[in-house]
Amino acid sequence: MTIVEKILSSHSGKAVYAGELTIVSVDGIMASDTTAPYAIKSFQSMDGKTLWDSEKCTFVIDHASPAPTEKIANLHKFMRDFAIEQNIRVFDIGEGICHQLIVEKDLVKPGQVFIGADSHTCTYGALNAFSTGVGSSDLAAVMLTGKIWLKVPETIKVTYKGTLPDGVVAKDLILALGKILGIDGATYQTIEFHGEVVEKLSLSNRMTMANMVIEMGAKAGIFTPIGLDLPYEWTATYADDNAKYSREIEIDVSNMTSKISMPNSPDNVFDIAEAVGTPIQYAFIGTCTNGRLDDLQQAAEILRGEKIASSVRLLIAPASKNVFIEAIKDGTAQILMEAGATFLPSGCGPCVGTHLGVPGDDETVISAGNRNFRGRMGNPNAKVYLSSPAVVAKSALKGEISAL
Amino acid sequence: MTFVYGDNIDTDRIIAGKYTKTLDMNTLVEHVLEDLDPTFKNKVQQGDYLVGGYNFGCGSSREQAPIALKLSGVSVVLAKSFARIFFRNAINIGLPVLEIQNHDIESGDEIKVDLLTGEVKNITKSKSYFAAPMPKVMIDILKEGGLANYLKKYGDYQL
Repeated sequence: MTIVEKILSSHSGKAVYAGELTIVSVDGIMASDTTAPYAIKSFQSMDGKTLWDSEKCTFVIDHASPAPTEKIANLHKFMRDFAIEQNIRVFDIGEGICHQLIVEKDLVKPGQVFIGADSHTCTYGALNAFSTGVGSSDLAAVMLTGKIWLKVPETIKVTYKGTLPDGVVAKDLILALGKILGIDGATYQTIEFHGEVVEKLSLSNRMTMANMVIEMGAKAGIFTPIGLDLPYEWTATYADDNAKYSREIEIDVSNMTSKISMPNSPDNVFDIAEAVGTPIQYAFIGTCTNGRLDDLQQAAEILRGEKIASSVRLLIAPASKNVFIEAIKDGTAQILMEAGATFLPSGCGPCVGTHLGVPGDDETVISAGNRNFRGRMGNPNAKVYLSSPAVVAKSALKGEISAL
Repeated sequence: MTFVYGDNIDTDRIIAGKYTKTLDMNTLVEHVLEDLDPTFKNKVQQGDYLVGGYNFGCGSSREQAPIALKLSGVSVVLAKSFARIFFRNAINIGLPVLEIQNHDIESGDEIKVDLLTGEVKNITKSKSYFAAPMPKVMIDILKEGGLANYLKKYGDYQL
């Protein structure tokens, strides 16, 4: 069995294999301010009165946070009121991005099934768990029943081998895979991450990679438990030696360089050299992909004692308040601010294009985020490039896309 | 009328994130497909078909995407393949979606869809295509007009 077959079997009460439909019990659910209001409406239209288990439900106000308009403020209020009525945990404005908080607060653990009303819910595969994104109605149905129907996905096994060159990081590894698989190369499937390279990666790095499997259409991206270091007791789920895979991919990282995704699709990936010299006006570090402490530290390493180009604005939204506090304590935030960065409240920030830094017409953005679809950051006439936090910082310093 | 677009129509192009923060779903119609085809919202009429290529609806999990299409008047979305969250969301809100891998429908083609058999007749090209079969649970959800009605009727999922 693959890892996903084992996890879904343990939650189905029977052995299930790729291709089978099954009803699974759910260990945890989450919705954000983009999806929770409609999920609540949907729950009510299902004649839902009380949640199946409010302790297992989390709401996060992170997408348009703090509220930029009165309309959105009222949506937030609607969420809070329902949460109080149903005794649902809420992480309110400034607490952080839903996916960061779910992991940081130990609300998902290895071997669990977690359903989130946000496409990047796949992030928790970093924890050797099954997690996937759904829409508001599917989430409402879990709120009501504690269950969801799923097709057990086939699995693509991806093995990273070799020695990581200096400066090549998790973001490069996942962008490289996006180039191979394409924007729909893993649709309906799970990606299992293996190999000596990923076994050495931190939880934060694993989250960066699992986060972006949706950019290949995957249902989930699950890491080997090998090398996973957690501060609590947990049980590892391994794939069997004779597990059946739909495809096996080996990536030798030894000669890899930094990668960059060019407009307007995350799989439009090239070696950084192909984009070097492109003038930028706006640099952004943050998101559920690359807004953690190690990401900010990598940017600070580049910008220590330097000043960003006068033609560039650098915005930083830490993935959580906790990350923000740690970055203040260890001096990272000060280095970045002295270099010219502007800090935003912890949350999704400009990645979803609602507020807090929408680019202007014909402007070029380099972002440490996960998507660069046309209009993603709020303006269809801007161009968005995606790369690692260090490349974003270096580009902000130079005023143009730059290699490390 | 049949509106035909290409591959990888992502949810940001169906309805941009900046318009999704609302419970007044009719406001979505004003911005549906606005970056992809600014003329769509004025031309689309109740019962029209939307046709895509591969990976229709990739990106965000926003259910506002199929809702915006449904409220604008689209009666069926046909595509060579769909992103999985969009596909589930569409069924859950009662918008029929048909996966037809080999279609060669072009703008202006007159088509006729039989949801019961999954047959799509291209009258202009004098040919038929057949949709990939859907799991029974999805057909049942669609028959009830969406997941809310389905759960009210069945109380739980029936595979």
